[in-house]
Amino acid sequence: MTRKLVVVGNGMSPGRALETLFEGGSDYEVTIFNAEPRVNYDRIMLSPVLSGEKTYEEIVIHGDDWYERHGVTLHKGRKVVHIDREARRVLADDGTTAEYDTLLLATGSSPVVIPVPGHDLPGVLTYRDLDDVEAMLAAANHGARAVVIGGGLLGLEAAAGLQRRGVDVTVLHLMPTLMERQLDASAGYLLQAAVEERGIKVITRANTHAILGEDRVTGVKLDDGTEIPADIVVMAVGIRPNAELAKAAGIAVNRGVLVDDRLLTSDPNVLAVGECVEHRGVCYGLVAPLYEMARTIGRNLLGEDVEFRGLATSTKLKVTGIDLFSAGDFLDAKDRQEIVLRDAARGVYKRLVLKDDRIIGVVLYGDTHDGAWFFQLLKDGTDISQLRDTLIFGQGYAGGAPLDPTAAVAALSDDAEICGCNGVCKSRIVGTISAKGLTSLDEVRAHTKASSSCGSCTGLVEQLMALTLGDAYDPAAVQPMCGCTDLGHDDVRRLIVAKGLKSIPQLMQALEWKTSCGCAKCRPALNYYLLATWPGEYQDDGQSRFINERVHANIQRDGTYSVVPRMWGGMTTPQELRAIADVADKFAIPSVKVTGGQRIDLLGVKKQDLPAVWADLNAAGLVSGHAYAKGLRTVKTCVGTDWCRFGTQDSTGLGIKLEKAMWGSWTPHKVKMAVSGCPRNCAEATCKDFGVVCVDSGYELHFAGAAGMHVKGTEVLCTVPTEQEALETCMAVIQLYREQGRYLERVYKWADRVGVDTVRRQVVEDPERRRALYERFLFSQRFAQSDPWAERVAGKDAHEFAPLATVPFQEAAE
Amino acid sequence: MTRHPTWLDIGALADIPRRGARQVATPDGPIAVFRTHDDAVFAIEDRCPHKGGPLSQGIVHGASVTCPLHNWVIDLQTGAAQGADEGCARTLPVRVSDDRVLLGLHMAAEQAA
Repeated sequence: MTRKLVVVGNGMSPGRALETLFEGGSDYEVTIFNAEPRVNYDRIMLSPVLSGEKTYEEIVIHGDDWYERHGVTLHKGRKVVHIDREARRVLADDGTTAEYDTLLLATGSSPVVIPVPGHDLPGVLTYRDLDDVEAMLAAANHGARAVVIGGGLLGLEAAAGLQRRGVDVTVLHLMPTLMERQLDASAGYLLQAAVEERGIKVITRANTHAILGEDRVTGVKLDDGTEIPADIVVMAVGIRPNAELAKAAGIAVNRGVLVDDRLLTSDPNVLAVGECVEHRGVCYGLVAPLYEMARTIGRNLLGEDVEFRGLATSTKLKVTGIDLFSAGDFLDAKDRQEIVLRDAARGVYKRLVLKDDRIIGVVLYGDTHDGAWFFQLLKDGTDISQLRDTLIFGQGYAGGAPLDPTAAVAALSDDAEICGCNGVCKSRIVGTISAKGLTSLDEVRAHTKASSSCGSCTGLVEQLMALTLGDAYDPAAVQPMCGCTDLGHDDVRRLIVAKGLKSIPQLMQALEWKTSCGCAKCRPALNYYLLATWPGEYQDDGQSRFINERVHANIQRDGTYSVVPRMWGGMTTPQELRAIADVADKFAIPSVKVTGGQRIDLLGVKKQDLPAVWADLNAAGLVSGHAYAKGLRTVKTCVGTDWCRFGTQDSTGLGIKLEKAMWGSWTPHKVKMAVSGCPRNCAEATCKDFGVVCVDSGYELHFAGAAGMHVKGTEVLCTVPTEQEALETCMAVIQLYREQGRYLERVYKWADRVGVDTVRRQVVEDPERRRALYERFLFSQRFAQSDPWAERVAGKDAHEFAPLATVPFQEAAE
Repeated sequence: MTRHPTWLDIGALADIPRRGARQVATPDGPIAVFRTHDDAVFAIEDRCPHKGGPLSQGIVHGASVTCPLHNWVIDLQTGAAQGADEGCARTLPVRVSDDRVLLGLHMAAEQAA
């Protein structure tokens, strides 16, 4: 007897289930109800239809003849509205009924529409089926404006398609980076840059407040008040399984129709497949697992007994010219490792996430050729420990016996770019190593600049050194931070960012510190790196600071402290001087000295007196001069045009502005500045970490000088015409130093290591980069500019300034 | 005459920061009382054997402290300088009972009565 199979829905999943069934020679009598007035077409290819690269006819999977050939009754444009499970019969909206032995629900999913005001205006569309595409095309006249809400896979495909039709497109995305569910932040930014390059505007962190318009869409308003004019608005924020029909029939439903591993619903006569399904807590939206489900159903209907146990999914963005692949799970976690390859110049980013020697996540951007291979390794759970050293280079390097990683590097062509930041190719590194007899990574960095900026190519450079030097290369030449770790400062800084490490204990765990809580060398460094990397977020660890920074005064040889109030630009007033004199008298401070940085040092203050001393100084408007800090110390000035007959600019005024802008910032080592009003240079600006020499035409900016253990004249960075540019450039240079400098590395040493030209290129020749550095500096200053003395006068860290207990005389006889 | 330490309550454990120290003033000079990351407590004369630096002001790591003046590393258990440096600071008995820190000071039996 022929059994009756009724299918509700005519999408790709039931289509594949039926194909499997027919290929196996089924004797089912099949009836399909399709709410859409069409045959089965390939929804994945809607984007090329939208962009005009394909037509509807080209994406049809099953034409009318296929249904005829297999004796399928297809009810187009008829929507099933009721299931009578007892009678095993379905009813469509036009009254058509059909009886079944087995019912297959394939009701698919619906696009989510955010219920903001105006969401029901004409011109607000979704992106799900061919009707949506046709509606978009109807509205998408050349020069029309569209807003796409949602920067995920569908939203970006819709945006790209519309843009190719000549529409002016803006994408709004709620999250900070695009496609955050499929991509990590790095790939997300590359994608955003590529999308913007084709003329699509992208606004991230955009929260839609309302859709504007009277009787048709005219624009979109964001929470921050921004209004973007639009002729059409496309909502592409996600999909929701269509489970209402099943639910109304009393079939178990959660987010989707619940099925077991055989795709059976709570009714043994009813199966479900596709996007309407929830299987083991997962609702799938990508084609590979849906097809797998469909094949399972087809084979079980043929009498086999197979199970669907879920499937890892991969994603490819179908936008011409953007190569992007992602699969699996790529969030950072403690038990995971990663292999990353970046080639900034080619726009290539590859990241593999490993756990227990198996790939669990893949993100490829720019070069996706190995996506399928990586994905296969992921799905198969292949142990990659043998391939690991060359894995990231892809299948080409992984054939046969495990390759030496240096062999992979040896295979690179001479003009292969190794360092994207500084544009250094393989032959230049190899040639310089040989010509100059370099043996350490630092030397290679100094001479070629390779690996001296972001450091992500360090591994490749080291392999090139091994290749060139053979046994003469000692990889341990990378100086570890201290005995607690084998990692160098740069690696630690990079890993803090890469792994999102936000506290010292978390960092020591993740980076496998060899000691329980570090040492006096690494802890202050780590505290600084975390503070500089996560401004406003990281909780400063006082116990990891040297005593001077912990109590905001300088310890002296006898255990007393010195106190140096700030004198902005070296300027003071009679009132301030009186307050200093009064404090010296009141607390019997033995020495008062003028410092080399144009301010006054009170030496020999007892620790327990510090808060009271500060209170009196604060009362006169004096604040901490940070004379103890790895941070800005002083800005020395001359009197400039105010008084000097040679002065060309207001050097005192600029010095004060610099000091007001820079104070409170923490840096890898101390930072001293000066501003001279003319080239006679009375403020000695040319031996400072940052110096300004005023000239008639503006401001000559200097940096990387020193006058301590080493004496070194500054390097000229550039000349700028305005004070504002001088200030901005100064902040950008210091921010770059804050981001790249190793703890206790003075500005001049940092500049020597990364190269003066590299610094100049980043803060002078690249205005965008300078601006970004400047803004990051301003941001971090928001959390840094609070007078530490006033905080302690108010009671902070009171335990630092009083003994725990005092033992009376008679009890201590010994 | 056998001398036993007299245990003196000098404060709560919580009054000493983890990986930190507090000073106790005595007529014989200051004592540094340390609390490590895992709440072990040590007491040492607050004078580095090198040049008398206040050890209580140093950075505490593991069961060691680094002197703030010249970075000598002192073992909190023994008071001895570690590494190539030679010297030893006097240690004192200290224990924790019910979250109170008790410092053992030596005093003559008749005086303690």
